[in-house]
Formats: sequence, structure tokens, C-alpha cells
Amino acid sequence: MSNLILRQGVIAEDDWTLTVEAAGELPARAKIIVPLARWRTEREALLAGAAAVGVLLPNTEDVEALYPLIADRPLIALQFPTFTDGRALTQAVLLRTRLGFTGELRALGDVIRDLVFWLGRCGIDSIVPRPDQNLPSCQQALAEIGVAYQSAADTHTPVWARRRLRARAAAQARP
Amino acid sequence: MYRYDEIDRQLLRERTEQFRDQTRRFLAGELSEEEFRHLRLRNGLYQQRHAPMLRISVPYGLLESAQLRRMAQVVRKYDKGYGHFTTRQNIQLNWPQLERVPDLLAELAEVQLHSIQACGNDTRNITSDYLAGVAADEQVDPRPYCELLRQFITLHPEFYWLPRKFKFAFTGASVDRAATRTNDAAVHVLRREGTIGYRFFVGGGLGRQPLLGQEMNGFVPESDLLIYACAILRTFNRFGRRDNIHKARIKIVLREWGIERFRAALEQEYASILASAEGEQLKLLPEDIEQMRAHFSAPAYRPLAEVGADLAADGARDTRFAAWLKRNVHAHKVPGYRVVFVSLKSPAQPPGDCTAEQFETLAEACDAYSFGEVRSTYDQNLVLADVAERDLYALWTKLDAAGLATPNIGLTTDLIACPGLDLCGLANAGTTGVVREIYQRFDSLDAQYEIGPLRITMSGCMNGCGHHSVGHIGILGVDKHGEEWYQVTLGGSPGNDATIGERVGRALARSEIADGIERLIQAYLALRSDDEETFIECYRRVGMGPFKTRLYESEEESEAAAA
Repeated sequence: MSNLILRQGVIAEDDWTLTVEAAGELPARAKIIVPLARWRTEREALLAGAAAVGVLLPNTEDVEALYPLIADRPLIALQFPTFTDGRALTQAVLLRTRLGFTGELRALGDVIRDLVFWLGRCGIDSIVPRPDQNLPSCQQALAEIGVAYQSAADTHTPVWARRRLRARAAAQARP
Repeated sequence: MYRYDEIDRQLLRERTEQFRDQTRRFLAGELSEEEFRHLRLRNGLYQQRHAPMLRISVPYGLLESAQLRRMAQVVRKYDKGYGHFTTRQNIQLNWPQLERVPDLLAELAEVQLHSIQACGNDTRNITSDYLAGVAADEQVDPRPYCELLRQFITLHPEFYWLPRKFKFAFTGASVDRAATRTNDAAVHVLRREGTIGYRFFVGGGLGRQPLLGQEMNGFVPESDLLIYACAILRTFNRFGRRDNIHKARIKIVLREWGIERFRAALEQEYASILASAEGEQLKLLPEDIEQMRAHFSAPAYRPLAEVGADLAADGARDTRFAAWLKRNVHAHKVPGYRVVFVSLKSPAQPPGDCTAEQFETLAEACDAYSFGEVRSTYDQNLVLADVAERDLYALWTKLDAAGLATPNIGLTTDLIACPGLDLCGLANAGTTGVVREIYQRFDSLDAQYEIGPLRITMSGCMNGCGHHSVGHIGILGVDKHGEEWYQVTLGGSPGNDATIGERVGRALARSEIADGIERLIQAYLALRSDDEETFIECYRRVGMGPFKTRLYESEEESEAAAA
């Protein structure tokens, strides 16, 4: 079975296995994503048995307080219980811009095509759309609006800074 | 007036196309009703009783003639020939067809009008003092700051899926004409020892639990507008309740936590942003603010000798003109100029309504007499802010012919009301019929002048779009077993003395409410200490008791007669 997601803007095969159970057997030597609670209590065993361990965060967690515990993880998964619940967007922005997380940041849950654009701008580079969503259409959504007034966790320069630079350049060009 | 550059234009164009595609996918069955609901709300489309309602944002209430002309065109082409101005200075169309809304939005986009975040759980259009730039009591013109914040909050990805709506309101004057503390956040731009900064209030909101904003920070430096706003929105996004839509506004977080805990969380986030790279990015430099200020420079006022007039003599020629001068023409900070209020409260139309012909008249009037601009007000009226005294008579003639010169600003018939049950899917009761009855009872100007300043506000349901909780007399429509009833509140006020009105008692029937309001006004006339004491002053002095007695008087009489 192919397991396609959007990673760094392209459709890619996914080799992570998500576990939401609080306890029990895990696939050996696999790349696994486990709930935060399990990471807290089984850290050493998980690291010994898996090829890689990512952590699934509830969207109510304070990522700043938590960060020392997850900073070295290759993947952090954020949750969207409904597509209208934007709490994980703040988690994503803080992880990327304030805490400097450079690993894979994944969105899981009720991820519909029309949430994808906003996820991308908040620094989420690994998007698992809801199974009924059309993946090529989700990919298109990433670039739906090519200009932005502000930067979030993306490459946009805030519009006031763009205009500032433009005005300075214009002033310099004047004789 | 802020002028779009290529960045603004591209953003609005691509946004309009995004919504066109969403509408197409919905109509093709690719988006569910529930999914599309959240998307259309973020583009101003709200499902009403008979048709979708399209809310068009008017940023901080500023409109120019090209926009008014375009409004005239679109209400003819896509609607039933009229629009409705709201207490949040926006314009609502009540009869557009969903299939045609993308085209409608594209036509609006050509004149810098849009519906981005006009509804939905996001940061809404910013409202402001409608006398910005011309008020004598103004310390700082708030408009450049409104526009800077407008751009920051527009399509901000982190704050696009908030727990509930979030409203900012600005003033830079000592008199609060924008009901700022009824908003989720109020920003008062001020000068302290010559330095500009902001006083921030958070946690206001009307609806079923009306509360006024509480002061969070008395002086945020001018450079930190976006930083402090970001801290507020982030705190709300993190901690706002998502389990109950009726408890999801920021005011509930504030109430549940208490001011001190909330302030501590907010100030901590503010400090964290300041200390980070994000703070560097969000900090406004003096040149950024100067650049924005240039968009709102004062118009080319002419010297007094060219524009001044002897208004007393002009008024003496025509009593109707004199009445309009007295009620609808206010002072301006520049000698020889006046602020003109355009009343949208004529007996012929529901409060706030404006027809295509009136949009056109307003476009012509502001081009000829007020530097091409109009402002919408919190009170559902319009303002021509820069009229030369010499032009007042010609302007009045033009407005009067279009039904836009009712001389009732601030008086009994200057009623604020939502559209109510006629149009709105949330309403429990009608507003327009009651408004008409009150209007008929007090149509005589002499009676209104005798009563003096009075704010009657009316909402068709407890969501409170008609701001009934902050009216001197507030009327709230309620449903009792399928019948329309009306609850009365007294003593509310939206301004510097902001107060939530107190409920008097049991609701009155549809057939009783206009009589009840009339008795309250009679009670005031009998109770006031002298002609100078206004309704609200009198109420605050004597309290609810005597008013309550009069409000329910006829019922008691009829009960006594029956017994």
C-alpha cells in the first residue's frame, strides 16, 4: 500500500508509523511516532528499539516549557482535531521561529485541502491530508496566494519591511 | 486614504481567485456544507433567512467616491438595489446569489473593497473614530496605525483559525466615538510627554455576556503596535475556549482567569516576542510609520477667507436648513470647515440602509464638497468630514433631495438597529416594525429637540449586533412561544463613560413596546432637573425605580381594571 503525503512541498512516500496507544507492542526497528506521554515515560526503551522516534503533541501543550524534552527529535507531529482548531498553528510558529526546531514538523488529523496553505506558512513541512482529500490538489494549495503581508514561519518578508527597503532604495537613487 | 500598491493588489486578486475556486468546488460537491461554511465566512458570506448575506469590510470606516459608485453598481447588479451600514462601519448586502459572489468580489477588488475576514472566527475589520484627522479633541490620528494593523492581521496564517471572532477598535481622541471598549481589544493612541504610544484594553464584547474591555497596558511604545497585537492574538489562540461557542470569546478567558493572571500571561508573551527575532521583524521603525502617515495627510484646506460663511444668516433664510445646521453639522478643527453628518435614519428606510441612488448622491456630494471621501460611523450614519462652510447650503440641498438630510443626529429617531427577523437567521424578533412605530411617535422635530440627546439601540437577538446593551434605552427582541417580545435595558453607554445597561424586568409584547418606550421618555421629561439634564444623566441620578414604574404602568392599570 502506498503511503503518500506532502513533504517539503512535494508528494512523497512516508515511512513513519503512527502509534496513538499509550502502551503496548511497537514495530521493531521502524520509524515510529509516539504520544508525548509515552515519550516521557519510555524514552530509553523507545530509542533502543526503534529506527527513529517522533513525538505526537496534544495541541494544548506549551511547546516552550516542553521543548528541552523534544528538541532533538527528528519529527514532531501536531494535531488538528478539526480543521478549524488553530492551536497547533501557534505551536508550529513557536517551534520554528522562537525555539529553532529544524526537524520534520507534521500536521495530522482533520487536514483538509483548504487548511494546507495555512499549515505551510506556519512552518509545517510534512502534511498528512485526511484520507478523502486529493493530494495533487493539496499540493497546489500550498502556493495558492503568492504574496503575504506578514511573515509567520515562512520566507516572506513583512510588507512594512519590504516597503521600507524600497523607500530607502528610492531615496538613494535620487541625485 | 490608503492607496494600494502592487503587493496589496496581488494579494486581493489571488485571494478572490482562491474563494472563486472554493465556491466552484462547493457547488461541484467537492466540499461539504460544513467545510465550505468556514471558508465562506472568512470571505464575508453569512447564511441568512432568505439568502446569503455578504458583509463588505470598510477599513476603519473610510470610503472614497469611486468605492461609493462601485457600491451603487454592485447593489443594482447583484442585489436588490440597496446596502446596509452596520455598527461596525461595514456594509452588508442581503440578497446576493452564492454563484455570483466571486464575480461580485472581483468587481469590489478593483476599487480596494473586500470581504476578507468579514465574518468567521478570525480577526475582523478594524473600526475607528469616524472623526479621525478632523476632531479638535484628537491627540493622534489613529488611521495610519489602523492600516498597519489591518495589513498585519489580514490572512495571518497563525491567527486564521481562532476560537472565535476577534475585533479591534481604535481611537486617538479624548472622546471615544467608536465604542472601543465593547471590542475584544481597544487601542487608544495617545501622547505621553510628547511620545506616542498605545493604551490597550482587552476583553470587551457584547452578545449574551456583555462586558467592557479592561486596561492591560497603559503605554505600549509606538514601535510595538504589531508586537503587542500579536501577543494578544497568540494568547487568545492558545487559551481561548473551544469547547463551547458561547464561551469562546477572549472576554471569557479574562473572566475565568481574572485580570491579573491574564495580564501576566499577555505581558510574558509580549516580553518573549520582544526578546526574539520575531520581535525584530514586527518592530515598526519611525520611517515605516511616516510612510503610512503620508497616506492620511490632511487635504488641501483653503484659507478661511475663501471658505468661511455667515451660517447664522444662511440659516435664517430657511428653517429646514437651520434645523439641519443645528443637528447634523459639527465643529471642525480647521476654521471655515465643518463636519457634516449624513443621517441614514429617515422615516422611509430601516436604520443604516442606503440605496444605489443614495450611494451615487454621496459619491457626487463628497467629490464636490468633501475631498472625495466619506466615513461610516458607529451609529450607522455617514460623515462628510471636510466641508467648507460656504458649500453647506448646496450640500444640504443635494442631500435633502436624496432623503439624506434628516436633522436627527443624536436624537430619539437616530435609532441604532440590526436588520432583525426580516432578514437575519439568528433573530428572535423583528426590529424594523418597532423602529418605525417609535419613529412615528417622535417624528416631530420639536418633540425630539425637547427630549435632547438620546441613544435608543435595538437588537433582534442576544447576539447584540444592534448594541442594545450600551443604549441609554436598549431593546432586545426575544422569542416567547413563537411570539415576538421585547426586553428593555436602561442606562447603557458606549463612550468614555461606557456602561452596560441594566435590564428593567419582564419583556413587553410587540403591541406594547412602542408605548413602553414612549412612557420611558415621558418619565424622563417629568423627572429631569432642568432642560439641560440629558436622559442618561437623569437616569444615573434617579436610578431605575421611577422608570420601571412608568414602563409597566399601563399593564398594572389594565390588571387593576380587570380585578
